[in-house]
Amino acid sequence: MADTPKPEELSKIDHAPPLMEGWMDVPAEIRPGIYCYGGKAKNVAAVGMPNPRDWNPADDDWKLPENWEQIIDEGMRDRLDKYRSFKLFMDICVRCGACADKCHFFIGSGDPKNMPVMRAELLRSVYRKKFTAAGKILGKIAGARKLTEEVLKEWWTYLYQCTECRRCSLFCPYGIDMAEITIMGRELTNLLGLNIDWIAGPVANCNRTGNHLGIQPHAYKDMIDFFVDEIEEVSGIRVEPDLNRKGAEILFVTPSGDVFADPGTYTAMGYLMLFHYLKAQGLDITWSTYASEGGNFGFFTSHEMAKRLNAKMYAEAKRLGVKWILGGECGHMWRVVHQYMNTWNGPADFLEEPVSPITGTKFETATGTKMVHIIEFTADLIRNNRLKLDPSRNDNLIVTYHDSCNTSRGMGFLEEPRYVIKNVCNNFYEMPPNTIREQTFCCGSGSGLNAGEDMELRMRGGLPRANAVKHVHEKYGVNMLSCICALDRAVLPTSLGYWVPEVAVTGVHEMVANALVFDGEKERTTNLRGEPLPGMEDEE
Amino acid sequence: MNFILGMVIAAIGMGPVVMIPLVGVGVLKLNFFFGVIVPYAALAIFVIGIIYRVMNWSRSPVPYRIPTTAGQEWSFPWIKSNPIDNPKNTCGVVARMIFEVLTFRSLFRHTKLEYRNTETGPKIDYEWEKWLWLAALAFHYSFLVIFLRHFRFFMEPVPGFVHLLEKLDGFMQLGLLPINGLGTPGVYLTDMLLMLAVTYLLLRRIYIPQVRYISLPADYFPLFLILTLGTTGILMRYLIRVDITAVKELAIGLFTLHPVAPEGIGVIFYVHLFCLCVLIAYFPFSKLMHMAGIFLSPTRNLANTSRMVRHVNPWNYPVKFHTYEAYENEFREHMIEAGLPVEKGLDSEPAKKAEEE
Repeated sequence: MADTPKPEELSKIDHAPPLMEGWMDVPAEIRPGIYCYGGKAKNVAAVGMPNPRDWNPADDDWKLPENWEQIIDEGMRDRLDKYRSFKLFMDICVRCGACADKCHFFIGSGDPKNMPVMRAELLRSVYRKKFTAAGKILGKIAGARKLTEEVLKEWWTYLYQCTECRRCSLFCPYGIDMAEITIMGRELTNLLGLNIDWIAGPVANCNRTGNHLGIQPHAYKDMIDFFVDEIEEVSGIRVEPDLNRKGAEILFVTPSGDVFADPGTYTAMGYLMLFHYLKAQGLDITWSTYASEGGNFGFFTSHEMAKRLNAKMYAEAKRLGVKWILGGECGHMWRVVHQYMNTWNGPADFLEEPVSPITGTKFETATGTKMVHIIEFTADLIRNNRLKLDPSRNDNLIVTYHDSCNTSRGMGFLEEPRYVIKNVCNNFYEMPPNTIREQTFCCGSGSGLNAGEDMELRMRGGLPRANAVKHVHEKYGVNMLSCICALDRAVLPTSLGYWVPEVAVTGVHEMVANALVFDGEKERTTNLRGEPLPGMEDEE
Repeated sequence: MNFILGMVIAAIGMGPVVMIPLVGVGVLKLNFFFGVIVPYAALAIFVIGIIYRVMNWSRSPVPYRIPTTAGQEWSFPWIKSNPIDNPKNTCGVVARMIFEVLTFRSLFRHTKLEYRNTETGPKIDYEWEKWLWLAALAFHYSFLVIFLRHFRFFMEPVPGFVHLLEKLDGFMQLGLLPINGLGTPGVYLTDMLLMLAVTYLLLRRIYIPQVRYISLPADYFPLFLILTLGTTGILMRYLIRVDITAVKELAIGLFTLHPVAPEGIGVIFYVHLFCLCVLIAYFPFSKLMHMAGIFLSPTRNLANTSRMVRHVNPWNYPVKFHTYEAYENEFREHMIEAGLPVEKGLDSEPAKKAEEE
């Protein structure tokens, strides 16, 4: 694993590409710290994806199948016929450059091939050669080039330097979405067995054990039991969660990252406490070990793989006989649930249109998919005064909010989280307008790029977000970044630790649980993290 | 290929565009060919080409509903939603598309990255940058107005809207030269705007390092073409007079399908016309198709209703996934030990069978 350069080193970035050099013949540099390890044979084989073998991107020989060119050829043709988006986005770009400096990877690296338009041109140039008359006849003059092994390596390198955050598509006058092109490109590379192990591993795990981390059912239960004890220690309340219980009204699905790693674990405890709090008001909810993953690394592999992993949610809902599904805080999980799930695995006609059992509110936005976001659920509870909250318990926090790419640009989920946050804490400050809401920046490690070996890439990609956090830290003393994405919770502590170490990361429901006042709870002296509450510093 | 080579190639491409009509009309006197046949052929390519391209795009389905949501979604009645940037229904989509097509709303968001390294670390700002948007808008609208003004040549009598446009567009003449017809003809605002905007779009392509890096000959060529088109048009109006009556005769002939090629129109007119013909014939095979493409863009023309209404993928196919049964078969023992509910006990037949397998 490469040493990550110090921030002072890393921030020396030149955004001007070379003056007299074209891009077509510059091969990609497979540089340690930037690339992720190749998918291991056992992980690729476990889900029946093509060409399983152990391979190393740093080697010259990528062990491609003999007919790899034909496979790409047919793969491209197939996808051009199936996806209008792909065909259109190959054709209509005018290279105005509006997207160029909108990508966090370009801002953080200055690598010209990380400009979304350039990354797309890597595929477009091959498309022109294979599928347009001008490209076939005029070649480079028409911006076309042959797909060589070098070009294929360049594809792989840059397709795994895009987090599918869609920020570019917001600024594109034609709505060209690099995420869509990356998704197609990754499908194509996967046809040759060119994946990264940080995606292939979780996919294989998720397929078998129900979650990315490969937690087996009994271990999953252990984790939940551990949370139950922790919660009791802090609040004196003993929560009684259900797992795999048939006949519950609601199935709860959340990313497994929250069950496994800090600070996501505190968010998971938050869910447990909220559910327990609402039990007396009639909440009947179960978790599942089989569908114990909201996130979907299959989405970073191929549509089909994503669909296979996603299918478990409805299957489990059907098996348990629940009425609807509640989903935890997660980014790409919600892009998948919101924009794909019902199309892939619906119609969910065995479920009912979701109604809050507490407030009676009908969730009109979720009448088809029958899956509600927990922030929607909680916002509705707060709006209807069903939660007794003491926001002053979060007074040690000066909070800002990071919109996750997928919930903002793939849903438009902007106000609900802010409403909840403002009700559970007293100090809230927004980051600059160009870095939040629909213009939000990626954490820098999304779409399966949150591995260890590509740390330099992650820190570079995380720079624009961290820089905005630093701004509010210096201006308002912000010390806590809240978010509704498990990947954010997994990666932002690292990225902020690198760029602005004074700021920590929390899920929104961790703050909700800290503010939530239970009947019969003991006087709380610490929050869920075991840190003293404001005014309780001496009680320790 | 560096940017100079890119421009040189585009310029070489322009050579024939100017030379062919110069020789063809100026020397070989092929007035009918360049005045009638080429325009009809170009128009045919334009129309058929666009239809073909749009049909070709339409043949590929839209399997998923993937709008880029650029504002608050419609959710609770007490949360204000943004019906244009995050449309909830067709009305919203129509509004979004109108804003997109007529005002370039997405491009309006454009900002410019300002990256500085300070003593306390990097500082990133996103600066005001509306020039691209402004130039794009000025260019497209000027082109439209100039196109509409040309109906003066196609129709007799000249339709009212053309007079109105000319009046509005030529208001500078009224201010500067009160006696109409004296001195140079009135200056059209759009002529200047078009040339300025296209020049700006060309210069920024060369001047801005990132845009320079991504530019292809196919980006310079249409700009050169339009610059030549504009230049020849302006030359005809202000410097090199052509026989306007004859031009009108030709244009009306084309327009009414009774083509004639009158003698005595200056050759510069044919250069102008040929540029236009090349432009429209080139159109369907080039990036200029963005004009039609924007209407089909799935990140813009779909409502954000995915969770409300099931979007059907015409080629959706069933997939095999790891079932609960297979999962329980693998972990049954552990599950029972941990006190998790199971479908089948350890002693049940299917469990034993699974065990054996």
